[in-house]
Amino acid sequence: MAVPKPGEPVLLSGNEAMAYGALAAGARFYAGYPITPSTEIAEVMATELPRVGGKFIQMEDEIASLGAVIGASLCGLKSYTATSGPGFSLMQEHIGYAAMAEVPCVIIDVMRGGPSTGLPTKTSQSDVMQAKYGSHGDYPSIALTPSSVLECFTLTVRAFNLSEKYRAPVILLSDEIVGHMREKVVLPDPSQLEVINRAKPTVPPEWYEHYQDSVTGMSPMANFGEGYRFHVTGLTHDVYGFPTERREEIAALMEKFKNKEIHNTRDLTMVEEYFLADAKVCIFAYGSVARSAKQAVKILRRNGVRAGMLRPQIVWPFPKLPVENMLEKVSHVLVPEMNVGQLRKEVERLSCTDRAKVQGLNVLDSSFITAEQIVDRVREIRARHRHVGEYVNG
Amino acid sequence: MAEETKLLTRSADVHDWLRVKKKFPHLWCPGCGIGIVLGATLRTLEALHYDKDEVVMVSGIGCTGRIPVYVDCNTLHTTHGRALTFATGIKLARPDLKVLVFMGDGDALAIGGNHFIHAARRNIDLTAIVVNNSIYGMTGGQASPTTPLGKKATTAVYGCIEQPFDTCALAIGAGATFVARSTVYHVKHAEKMIKEGLEHKGFSVIELISNCHTYYGRINKLGEPIDMLNYMKEKSIMSGPDVTPEKMTEMGKQYLLGVLQHDTSRPELCDLYEELISREKSS
Repeated sequence: MAVPKPGEPVLLSGNEAMAYGALAAGARFYAGYPITPSTEIAEVMATELPRVGGKFIQMEDEIASLGAVIGASLCGLKSYTATSGPGFSLMQEHIGYAAMAEVPCVIIDVMRGGPSTGLPTKTSQSDVMQAKYGSHGDYPSIALTPSSVLECFTLTVRAFNLSEKYRAPVILLSDEIVGHMREKVVLPDPSQLEVINRAKPTVPPEWYEHYQDSVTGMSPMANFGEGYRFHVTGLTHDVYGFPTERREEIAALMEKFKNKEIHNTRDLTMVEEYFLADAKVCIFAYGSVARSAKQAVKILRRNGVRAGMLRPQIVWPFPKLPVENMLEKVSHVLVPEMNVGQLRKEVERLSCTDRAKVQGLNVLDSSFITAEQIVDRVREIRARHRHVGEYVNG
Repeated sequence: MAEETKLLTRSADVHDWLRVKKKFPHLWCPGCGIGIVLGATLRTLEALHYDKDEVVMVSGIGCTGRIPVYVDCNTLHTTHGRALTFATGIKLARPDLKVLVFMGDGDALAIGGNHFIHAARRNIDLTAIVVNNSIYGMTGGQASPTTPLGKKATTAVYGCIEQPFDTCALAIGAGATFVARSTVYHVKHAEKMIKEGLEHKGFSVIELISNCHTYYGRINKLGEPIDMLNYMKEKSIMSGPDVTPEKMTEMGKQYLLGVLQHDTSRPELCDLYEELISREKSS
């Protein structure tokens, strides 16, 4: 099929919308390896990239795919790859490299059941912690979680923007449901999209520092073949990119990585609040599960329960401020997740005894969490706490 | 006298390719063959009048992986074994750049073996220089995929019992369109092989036999660097129509030098891609 025209209704799957979002963001290089349930993204790119003068290559594995993506990005092409669980595990080596070498790139992980080969065609949200801590060492992590087909498009554009802006690998955490579901969408006009390109150096080559120190953790980036002749390495390096073992230079580099998250909190926070203003029960949900959560809020509200939803569109860095605000206001938080409670533990970390009680609804049998399951769990929680007293621990 | 002047000029030109102020002294052991590989490469680049801005040097991990950092061009020190994958992305993104990839034997053939055969199969225009010293040097002398049968390493203390890879035969089998071998003893010949590899359009592999006297030489009692270079001299034979494996065995030769594969009939990947783009764009 051809690239859908902006402004006209079209039926698309989440995976297709991500591929078109990448094209709209200016992606001109894709390297990947086939894996269910992400393969459609590669198939769209194989068709569309040559038509716009871009390059697609199917590599020998996922490690190679991200290697090629980083190579192309160093030459100035916006580059990305898409995979699922087992491939995402293989990519961790080069996610760490991209973070260390500060090379912009986007990695889509359409989550499926794990561990190991797991459930290739079933949905899951069990890669959330891997998206944060998957590669060794301390590095800044950015991960986005779309929950609709339109958002697959818009958040992909946003992922490229963040990647170019912060010179960092950015992860799009989709899941099998979001990736394969089809919805009617109207894609935005390119003129209405904010597209960010990496900042170019304004100094002559002899003054250029490829890893210029900055409070915000961001620095301009020259591309290979433009006369700047810089060095890139996965070793801990100085501002020029040359390997170093000097303590002050090591500390400065690690500080820069931390600053990317610390000094850009506002830009890296993106949440949707749904009926949260007067809510006593908050459902904290992301990705496909947030669709059921939204439905559950509607049902609960119809039945007189003051329920609301907080949905992070960016899960890493974790949206500390909106979650803390929410915890101050509500008495109960339910975190429905298709994993053992990976993000619930993050919410719990921010919740102390005088704040709201946090509970999980964790489904591990590969089935999708329905609105009814969420509603039932909320009723159960309310009944239990009416019995022992609303604000008593236990 | 004229000869001496010429040498001096060349040395100054080569000097210009180095990050002299920023990066020296280098980290290799005194007497290491990798310095000879670096010198031969730079003299070749200078002889070919390449512009520093159009040259990209990519490497993996290990002693050989440290080559690019000393060179004043676009340099990329990647992960262990994966240099060819980064180089593939670079070449596809910028087919006009000259991309050289430096790998050691463990880097190219063990952890990077899969990437090595697939780069060869694709026939992408990269020049891969595999420095083969039969050992993992940087980690302290462990056995590699090219450690000969019976030779010792810190992880093959009773002698290696695995069959080694023949780098060039592997490259030819996988579809590399230019394959050559030389040694760090045969410096002028090595330069010639690198030059022909760079001039070849397609995937080129140049295996350069080198010495690691610090680990491989010491554990196998092969002597000083000079002794190891002399060994290369004695055990090498130039390829030719009458040089057969049987004859090599008979003569006690170990290294077959020269161009072992040169196929100009197969199309190169980036060329095919540019054709595809122009076809799809016009349709």
